[in-house]
Amino acid sequence: MTRDEIVAAIRAAHAGRTPLRLRGAGSKDFYGGLLAGEVLDLSGHRGIVAYEPTELYLTAKCGTPLAEIEATLAEHGQMLAFEPPHFSANLTVDRDISAKTGATLGGCLAAGLAGPRRMQAGAVRDFVLGVTLVDGRGQVLDFGGRVMKNVAGYDVSRLIAGSLGTLGAIAEATLKVLPKPVAETTLAFACAADEAVRRLNDWGAQPLPLSAAFWHDGRLLLRLSGAAAAVDAARRRLGGELTVDAEKTWISVREQTHPAFAATPLWRVALPSTAPALAVDGLAAIEWGGALRWYAGDIDAATIRAAATAAGGHATLYRAPESLRCRVDPFTPLAPALLALHRRLKKVFDPAGILNPGRLYAEF
Amino acid sequence: MCRMSSESPVVADRATLLRRLRQVLPTHCLLVEDEDLRPYECDGLTAYREMPLAVCLPENEGQVVDVLRTCHQLGVPVVARGAGTGLSGGAMPHAAGVVLSLARFNRILAVDRDSRTAVVQPGVRNLAVSEAAAPYGLYYAPDPSSQIACTIGGNVAENSGGVHCLKYGLTVHNVLRIRMVSIEGEIFEIGSAAPDAPGYDLLALCIGSEGLLGVVTEVTVKLVPKPELAQVVMASFDDVAKAGDAVAAIIAAGIIPAGLEMMDKPATAAVEPFVKAGYDLDAAAILLCESDGTPEEVAEEIARVRAVLTASGARDLRVSQSEAERLRFWAGRKAAFPAVGRITPDYYCMDGTIPRKRLAEMLAAIAAMERKYGLRCANVFHAGDGNLHPLIMYDMSLPGDWEKAEAFGAEILELSVALGGSITGEHGVGIEKIKQMCVQYATPELETFHAVKAAFDDKRLLNPEKAVPSLHRCAEYGRMHVHRGELKFPDLERF
Ligand SMILES: Cc1cc2nc3c(=O)[nH]c(=O)nc-3n(C[C@H](O)[C@H](O)[C@@H](O)COP(=O)(O)OP(=O)(O)OC[C@H]3O[C@@H](n4cnc5c(N)ncnc54)[C@H](O)[C@@H]3O)c2cc1C
Ligand SMILES: Cc1cc2nc3c(=O)[nH]c(=O)nc-3n(C[C@H](O)[C@H](O)[C@H](O)COP(=O)(O)OP(=O)(O)OC[C@H]3O[C@@H](n4cnc5c(N)ncnc54)[C@H](O)[C@@H]3O)c2cc1C
Repeated sequence: MTRDEIVAAIRAAHAGRTPLRLRGAGSKDFYGGLLAGEVLDLSGHRGIVAYEPTELYLTAKCGTPLAEIEATLAEHGQMLAFEPPHFSANLTVDRDISAKTGATLGGCLAAGLAGPRRMQAGAVRDFVLGVTLVDGRGQVLDFGGRVMKNVAGYDVSRLIAGSLGTLGAIAEATLKVLPKPVAETTLAFACAADEAVRRLNDWGAQPLPLSAAFWHDGRLLLRLSGAAAAVDAARRRLGGELTVDAEKTWISVREQTHPAFAATPLWRVALPSTAPALAVDGLAAIEWGGALRWYAGDIDAATIRAAATAAGGHATLYRAPESLRCRVDPFTPLAPALLALHRRLKKVFDPAGILNPGRLYAEF
Repeated sequence: MCRMSSESPVVADRATLLRRLRQVLPTHCLLVEDEDLRPYECDGLTAYREMPLAVCLPENEGQVVDVLRTCHQLGVPVVARGAGTGLSGGAMPHAAGVVLSLARFNRILAVDRDSRTAVVQPGVRNLAVSEAAAPYGLYYAPDPSSQIACTIGGNVAENSGGVHCLKYGLTVHNVLRIRMVSIEGEIFEIGSAAPDAPGYDLLALCIGSEGLLGVVTEVTVKLVPKPELAQVVMASFDDVAKAGDAVAAIIAAGIIPAGLEMMDKPATAAVEPFVKAGYDLDAAAILLCESDGTPEEVAEEIARVRAVLTASGARDLRVSQSEAERLRFWAGRKAAFPAVGRITPDYYCMDGTIPRKRLAEMLAAIAAMERKYGLRCANVFHAGDGNLHPLIMYDMSLPGDWEKAEAFGAEILELSVALGGSITGEHGVGIEKIKQMCVQYATPELETFHAVKAAFDDKRLLNPEKAVPSLHRCAEYGRMHVHRGELKFPDLERF
């Protein structure tokens, strides 16, 4: 599939006011608002366009599987530091064959969700250097570039990260890549949730090479990454129990195949890392140094949203049966002024409102 | 000196404006006399000056809202201002507008050790944040060389960087939340202390928007633990190309240093008498490479850095042996601009970025431009991220000298784009690089920028005529848009 074909498809949809549903591998069909529109399958626009290890960037077409990108980076000892999930192993719904390849670059950027290394390394958008976008009129727009620093013009490439395909189809993107840490070790501690949050914040304020944390069912896993000497020193200082096979566990956390994520409905609650426990039952897991907390089970949507908001965060209905998804907004509603601004921005990029309508918010 | 001519008509007369502003601001918050306005006529880009109609110095957010509403109603342009250290004319006033100074928003509202955040007002100086965090073993990572003076509000507006940004990121990577007032006086909470705020990433859009989208009234920044130890390796090279290759070799070895900076001979010559940093004055270029972390980690990394630098042909290596020595090595780099300012009547600081591997090529081209324009140029770089700061030396009092310096600078910026880089890495477009925006972006992107602006400020009153050129202006400038260096640069043969 060529970029011209994407342009042609979007131009036709724009002219005919036909809603389109942009799709990478469909690994995240469960995420966000209910799916609507004719599928525009972008998985065929694939391939790595440029990769220069010493310049720390990689450019690829949107349909390139993350697996392919990460394999290429690994040959040079590099990685996507935000550790994105591929969602290829845990397909819960019947999917067509393309889903077997796992997440694509375009879908990864559009969803904007990072994995276990998020608190240390940063969010997806932190690694976006440039994007070639086909907007809702079918115009090809180039934002950003391939250099680490670029403040010319508004930072539209980062705005696109997490926009769930509602502002345009990402045809191509350039990401900053980083060297893989030399050493990695995982420690385990037995502790209750409150204690885990307390410890994570206390450690976080110290110069320690933390790279991931995962609490579930009374057990806190802490991953250390960096120079061998630093990891060693930190391990001695922190104590805990050395774990074997930790890499598999981190993949299961990243891919959400870990039993902690099995129950539905599953709520993803982002909070200031120090927020005290919410007055909500069903805490399933804690990640990101205390800033990401998963709740599972029959939880009243208004209750968990109110609790998260009161604590300075927000709650996303992450995975849920359709019967619930058609009643509850996936994302925390925006304040009226902010919503109005979102609609104006949506109009800038997609005046006819044809791209993934309702995937982010029902209002656009 | 260039007086800017205004493109937009004066909407309200000055008397009406002042009368209305007096209704919303106490007397001591409004400057109207020429002698009081004079200090505001330019920012760090002193070649461009303009007198505003008035300067507002609000003391609280309610007053900011009132001033903005008033100006919106009267159709009067507003230019926000922090410390005025910007280098692209971003805070230069508008002749028919007011300056909205955030100087009195200078309080640090909270510093929290456990969540590693600080909530500050926009007029707080960059360094003051790190000072307030120091008792907790924390600091604010982005450290522009101007950090003793520049404000967080200005940093947010420019997406400022510093020598530690290679490892710790730019302002956009270190700000969690802003509170912003629109030109209509509406208050927006953008981002949050919790990760990944819902909706579009407006924080990314607003950071680096050069005061065109709203006025920032509060900022939550991320603090990071101060590393136990930092040491810097100073390496000298007898060839700038070798120094450039050494930078790529360090990255290729899988090392992301805490800082990786380069200065050429004219820069070290200017700096050394001023700060006595101990630089090798015979070297064609020096590199400063910082390592931080635990003592074990630093020792390990320094050993690797030394090996790479030696293999890259460094002729001399010195490792800082104390915190005082480390700071002295950096002092020269941080004082490079003022030091150059002492050896020339005026200097013009450029800010292009290029792929690191094109460093040697760019330096050769700059040397050719020095001969072409008959002006000297000293070069300091954030080498690790390919961000160049050529300092073009000129004399404003000599007729034609500034025009030559400006043409020299424009040529560097356009070459940066041709080499696959950008016209600005951290100083912003402002008024200065507005023409070069026409080279970096094509019409559809520029139209999108204007439409984004209109979504926030449809009367285009916030910092008008800055950052994004009108299409009309680009047509006048008549330069070709160059896409990621893929189009052949018409002037390249010369080098
Ligand atoms: C519910 C959910 C939870 C996730 N949780 C995590 C997590 O915890 N940690 C983590 O690291 N990652 C997470 N992710 C990210 C995600 O798993 C993958 O990283 C993602 O990239 C899937 O790619 P895909 O090709 O399957 O996308 P798809 O499922 O096909 O598409 C995802 C979204 O992107 C849009 N899209 C796809 N391609 C393009 C394009 N080229 N241009 C514009 N829009 C496009 C789609 O319209 C859709 O809105 C999550 C994703 C989802 C859906
Ligand atoms: C010697 C020297 C060294 C420098 N070194 C560096 C460096 O290493 N790295 C770097 O990145 N920069 C550097 N700079 C440039 C400059 O210091 C930065 O751009 C800085 O962020 C500007 O801050 P300020 O408070 O002075 O902003 P100002 O110059 O007052 O304003 C800059 C822009 O921000 C807008 N603005 C200011 N406050 C607000 C607000 N509250 N809301 C909305 N918009 C606002 C203004 O309208 C203007 O467009 C240097 C400058 C000098 C003079």
